[in-house]
Amino acid sequence: MKTVRRILGTDLPVALIVLFALLPWVWMLLTSVRPEAELTQSPLRLVPNTISLANHIALLERTSFAENLRDSLVVAVGAVALGLLLAMPAAYAFARLKFRGQRWLKTGFLMINMFPVVLLILPIFVLLRELGLLDTYFALIAGHATFTMPFAIWLLTAYVAAIPAELDEAAMIDGATRVQLFVKVLLPLVLPGVVAVGIYLFIASWNEYLFALMLAGRNVRTVTVALQIFIGENEIHWGLLTAAGSLVALPAVALFLFAQRHLAAGLTGGAVKG
Amino acid sequence: MNRLSLPWLLLAPALLATAILVLLPVGETMWLSLHDVILYRPRSRPFVGLANYAWLLTDTDFWESLGHSAVWVIASVGLQFALGFTAALLLNRAFPWRGLARGLVIIPWALPSVIIGMMWSWMLDFNLGLFNALGMRLGLLDAPIAWLAQPGTAMAAVILAVVWQGFPFFAVTLLAGLQAIPKEQYEAAAIDGAGTVSSFRHVTLPGLAPVIATALLLRMIWVANSLDLILVMTGGGPGTATQTLPLYAFLKAWSGADFGHGSALAVVLALLLLGVVITYAARAER
Repeated sequence: MKTVRRILGTDLPVALIVLFALLPWVWMLLTSVRPEAELTQSPLRLVPNTISLANHIALLERTSFAENLRDSLVVAVGAVALGLLLAMPAAYAFARLKFRGQRWLKTGFLMINMFPVVLLILPIFVLLRELGLLDTYFALIAGHATFTMPFAIWLLTAYVAAIPAELDEAAMIDGATRVQLFVKVLLPLVLPGVVAVGIYLFIASWNEYLFALMLAGRNVRTVTVALQIFIGENEIHWGLLTAAGSLVALPAVALFLFAQRHLAAGLTGGAVKG
Repeated sequence: MNRLSLPWLLLAPALLATAILVLLPVGETMWLSLHDVILYRPRSRPFVGLANYAWLLTDTDFWESLGHSAVWVIASVGLQFALGFTAALLLNRAFPWRGLARGLVIIPWALPSVIIGMMWSWMLDFNLGLFNALGMRLGLLDAPIAWLAQPGTAMAAVILAVVWQGFPFFAVTLLAGLQAIPKEQYEAAAIDGAGTVSSFRHVTLPGLAPVIATALLLRMIWVANSLDLILVMTGGGPGTATQTLPLYAFLKAWSGADFGHGSALAVVLALLLLGVVITYAARAER
């Protein structure tokens, strides 16, 4: 009786929510493994007749998608490196040092996320054009790293603050310099947090669209922008489009599942501590 | 090293990047909004004072997009929160496949907006979409519906897509918040004779309140600013039926090549958000 109640009250509603969360995704995967001819067939078949990877193969062999994947990878890895380089010293300062304007500055960084991207993109476009950096890896890396930085700083500050300050003091008494302290004592302890933040930066950059569209697109074309090439004037190549979509989604989903627990804990930790 | 300069040295890279890529552009956009700037007329950009803002007040498209933004933000964030909170409460209970369910519910959050827009456009497609096919087969629809080509259904469709994208954010953050509430509080409430509803009201909600407040604020700002999902699914159409304020600013500046008016629209959006954030923060302080 108790089990029946649990199934009706918990398992069933959870299953419905999971179904809702998965349905569009599963439908995209199912579409991508069908031959193009079957897609336009009426009436629509829910389960594919034949399963083939023809769309995926055509995508990688006949289009520029492999290059787009490479561009996305370069930009995302660059954004992780630059983002961590900018955020880690700042997070250390916020968590461990006391200085005037600290609270004000920490809130200020969070406010960056409040500015609409439309507000910024035009002057950034003009600036990059004048510097000759438009349509380069650097343009997208710098843009992505800067706009994900506030959240990265916030999470990293929470991670560093969670490590007892007595450890620092002990190391200092042993004669360690601040740099040694950071590299040898703090870094190994916050490494899980750094990895989680790195994954967050990677996914944010990998998934980003507007910057990649406006500040690049010809020489450097990331996958989110490249998806548009399958949408023609008169017809949409749904087979190729869904194949591309499923390939693009894969790394983000895999990394996300790996890191989600750390990210959620950091998010709420920051929220509770303020 | 000087103790006073160390923090600023550590903050310098982050501050520099912010100054160049955020503060400078914000200032520049504000400056542009006071000029008549047309992209294909680069030599002549006369100063017009607040004329672009005065124009906004008389522009029917602006008021319409403001209304769309209100519907978009309230409906999307409200539904995301309702569904995410429900999911968090359920996922906090004990059942055999809890770990798996927690992982699977997250998936929408990890996907790029462009792909989400594409997936939903595909499912809502007039000829080949899953919605029409299932609806017809189950007898819910008499004829296929052009979901994204009718004003009423188009707005509902983009909201559905963004609810799908955003509810896991609430599920994850609120679940983490629920897990942080000490078990002893529930035990104490039970000893005091509190039932399920009572312990939810007096233990769960107060314990979760700070997390709820932060999550709502973050998501609201994000949804109010986001335009990629709508851009991909409808481009603001049909007509201007799904054109929100940021999308209108974007289209005005880029498709219309009218940076003066586009900048003014963007500044108004930022000011409105700032107003909301300040009101919200002031309430949270109390």
